[in-house]
Amino acid sequence: MTGPNEPIASRRREEPSFARSLQLQLSVWWALAMREALTRFGRHNVGFLWLFFEPMSFTIGITLVWTLLKMTHGSSIHIASFALTGYSSIMLWRNPATRISHSITVNMALLYHRNVRALDIVIARILLEIAAISASFFGLAILFVFFEFCEPPEDIPLLVAGWSLLALFATGLSLCIAALTEKTELFDRIWHTITYLLFPFSGAGTLLDWLPPGARKALLYLPFAHGVEMIRHGYYGSSIRTHEDWQYLLYVSLVLVFVGIAAIESVAREVEPE
Amino acid sequence: MSRAPHSVYEGELRVTNVTKKYKTSHGTVTVLDDVSLTVRRGDRLGILGRNGSGKSTLIRLMGGVSPPTSGSITAGMKVSWPLAFGGAFQSGLTGLDNLKFICRIYGVELDQVRAFVEEFAELGSFFREPVKGYSSGMRARLAFALSMAIDFDCILIDEVIAVGDQRFRNKCTDALWDPKRGRSTVLVSHNEDLIRHYCDHAFVLVKGKLYPFGSADEAIAFYNETLYS
Repeated sequence: MTGPNEPIASRRREEPSFARSLQLQLSVWWALAMREALTRFGRHNVGFLWLFFEPMSFTIGITLVWTLLKMTHGSSIHIASFALTGYSSIMLWRNPATRISHSITVNMALLYHRNVRALDIVIARILLEIAAISASFFGLAILFVFFEFCEPPEDIPLLVAGWSLLALFATGLSLCIAALTEKTELFDRIWHTITYLLFPFSGAGTLLDWLPPGARKALLYLPFAHGVEMIRHGYYGSSIRTHEDWQYLLYVSLVLVFVGIAAIESVAREVEPE
Repeated sequence: MSRAPHSVYEGELRVTNVTKKYKTSHGTVTVLDDVSLTVRRGDRLGILGRNGSGKSTLIRLMGGVSPPTSGSITAGMKVSWPLAFGGAFQSGLTGLDNLKFICRIYGVELDQVRAFVEEFAELGSFFREPVKGYSSGMRARLAFALSMAIDFDCILIDEVIAVGDQRFRNKCTDALWDPKRGRSTVLVSHNEDLIRHYCDHAFVLVKGKLYPFGSADEAIAFYNETLYS
């Protein structure tokens, strides 16, 4: 390292290695995520701990409501773990995919720095949202099990695999939404409505096994339903019957990721920082 | 856009046959028309132009903020972002948080530059306050301090040097053109005094066309002709 105001002659210019480039890329994403958290929650009081408290409070609220409604229909599984897995799964794809709207336009000033590309802004925000919801989900799971609100998960690796696949789907979906909201105003207006209308079809409020075969078959066209099923398969093990196809979820997610990246690169060529 | 391979010249920032067009509701506007220039190490280069002549667009292309429509820009040295009043800052964040952000994205250790920036920017306790409460002079001081912290070889300045008191301007001048450092600067302005004072040679930008001149005085003479013709 050389400090400021050292003569150029004494410095050698070297090609950055792959490791160095990767390190810089990660630190750009980290910087953007920290900046986003700081601008959203500030440094006041508990500050950006709200990043985790917010999804946690939603999940706890839903757990209470579902307990009152006796959503598990007298089956043997605990309502707390059922609500936790269900509602967290919804937030895992819905929060990033709604909060990503217009993320490039509102952060245009960041493009002043040549190390920051439009894609970096979008990826950093998606990663921040996914990290927040994951911390909320796994944190609450530990608390619920510790205080014996529900049984511990049966198959943790499967649970984590399901969560990771759904996170990949969330990434792909959010990349596409980020590009679409920049392309058309209209899309942003209808997208929020769509996500709420999708709630009953998300597979969060029911096990697909409880549905009639026709309805189940229809729901299984929706990729995120496979994610919830897989997460619950991991949580409850063989005590329940689940219907997920992890390959379907993986392939759809990968297609969304590639289409999303291409779409954002196309948007990036059009935007002009002020 | 042509993607022909081109070599990067060590220690040079090259703008080659660059054209920039914007689409507007009433057709395409050509802001820069076949512009070429080279910044060499230690150059103190000025670009003089009226408002709307395309000078801010040119400096933004040189800083990699937006891509040219055609032509190429190759940087064989570390070129700064365009130092201006806006851009670059997050006005909701404090000066210190802005410094942290800049350090992270340019891969610089905060501890190595923090004391320097705090001292150079002379913001006192405002360093820990949000930038939106800063005066334009304070913003300019922070902008300069941040760009010095990253240790660029070539600094792009969009008017911003015009603010601040004489003492701070002298301090910037000393830091920017420290002979031991051999740094290059590109200053765009509509103010001929600034160009005369801070540039060894200059270009004049008229309606997207760039005219080169050997000395700043020749450029200013031509600029005044175009201004009143």
